[in-house]
Parts: sequence; structure tokens; C-alpha cells
Amino acid sequence: MGGSVPLDHVLILAGLLFSLGLFGVLVRRNILFVLMSIEAMMNSAGLAFVASGSRWAEADGQVMFVFVLSLAGAEASVGLALVLQIYKRFATLDTDAASAMRG
Amino acid sequence: MELAFYLSAAVAALATLLMVTNTNPVHAMLYLIVSLLSVAMVFFAIGAPLAGALEMIIYAGAILVLFVFLVMMLNLGGATTEQEKRWLNPRVWLGPAALSLVLLTVLVATLAKNTGHDPVGLTVIDAHDVGVALFGPYVLLVELASMLLLAALVAAFHLGRQE
Repeated sequence: MGGSVPLDHVLILAGLLFSLGLFGVLVRRNILFVLMSIEAMMNSAGLAFVASGSRWAEADGQVMFVFVLSLAGAEASVGLALVLQIYKRFATLDTDAASAMRG
Repeated sequence: MELAFYLSAAVAALATLLMVTNTNPVHAMLYLIVSLLSVAMVFFAIGAPLAGALEMIIYAGAILVLFVFLVMMLNLGGATTEQEKRWLNPRVWLGPAALSLVLLTVLVATLAKNTGHDPVGLTVIDAHDVGVALFGPYVLLVELASMLLLAALVAAFHLGRQE
């Protein structure tokens, strides 16, 4: 039991989730959706790490997943604080509103 | 286990697609939570129970709750949905869709060259093994991650304060 999933299929799933997240980052103009798509992309990178660690029966994959998780937490907190600031300043979540520095 | 993997993989892909193309922020967030939970199921299916538990507790339980709080604070309602519908016309998304599809094709083609059957999840790697690795050879990275989280905490506090 549990031995017949090939590594390729897990990596294809990770690639699919990554491409969908990239599509979201490129298409959406609402900064909240962009942040959610970035979370999806990071999650797929973590999936690739865990799958590779599982293939060679080593714990390193899950160790890297823990680091990806802490990175995602840090990114989400800073990103959401920035979203709050952008909303306060421009009263919109359009990324094009904040396209110039020193606005 | 095979069935669990393929079913949850299908759910994850579908939920992510629906998240990316949704116009309502709260609905998109719920689809993202479904996607994260099915990826957690994939982790359980390939013999990584700690990663699955962390995915549920930290990703779906903490980070997405942060997003939900933000949506509630910003009070995004029907006006946002209308605006998103206007922004999501085919002229905008055809180019990025083609680019992402090319990237996906390259990834799948590279993986398809590998003909050997590499089985995943023959042995379960539990929390004990991960903990031994984390506080053995990787202890410096743990310290660096704590510094990163502290920096993020200070930055979030600074950016989020009322002027």
C-alpha cells in the first residue's frame, strides 16, 4: 500500500499548481488575488520538496517544507500589511494605482 | 493510497483554477482553503504526515485566516465583484494563459523523458525524523528562520500601525 504513486505524477501536480498560480499573478489586478496566487505557487514548491524527500525516504524534504512555510508566513504578514497601507492611501486594491514610487 | 492521491490531486488542481478565476474575494479564499486541504491530503498519501498536519494548521488555519480578516477589515463586497468581472476579459487573460501553458508543457515534457518508475511514499517519514534533522544539521537555518519571522513581525507592526 502507498507505494505505487510515481514521483513524476506528484511533480506534474506541483507544476500544474505552480502554472495556475503564475497565471493568477499575471492576470489579476486586485492585489489580494495576486497575494493568494503567490501563496498557491509557494505551496506547489513545498509539494515538490516533500515529494522529492519522500522519494529518497529522507527527512530533508519536509525540513525544507517547514522553511517554505515560515517564509510564506512572513511574506503573508508583510504583504497583507502593505495591502492595508495601499488601501488606506489609494482607497482601491488596483495594483496599477501603486505603480509609481514616492507617490 | 493511489486513489486518495489522484482524487485529492484533481480536487487541488480544480480548486486552484477556480480560485484564480473567481471574482468574489471570499469565494476565491474558500477555494484556496480547499486547494490547501487537498494538498495536505496528498502529503498524507505520499507518507509525509508532519507536512500534511503543518499544511492544515499553518497554511489553512493561520495564513488563510489572516487573509479572511483582511477581507473583513477592507469590507470588500459586491462592488469588488463587479470590478473584477470588468477586469477579467479574454483580451487580458489570453496572453498570460498561453505563457503559463508553455511553462507547464515544458515541465511535463521534461518529466515525461524519465521512463523509470520512482515510487513515492514507500516509507513514512514522521515528525521524529524531521525533528532530528531540523535540530541536527539544519539548526543554523532554524535560527535564521526565527530571525526572518522576527523581521516580518517588526515590518508588519510598522506598516500596519495607525498614523
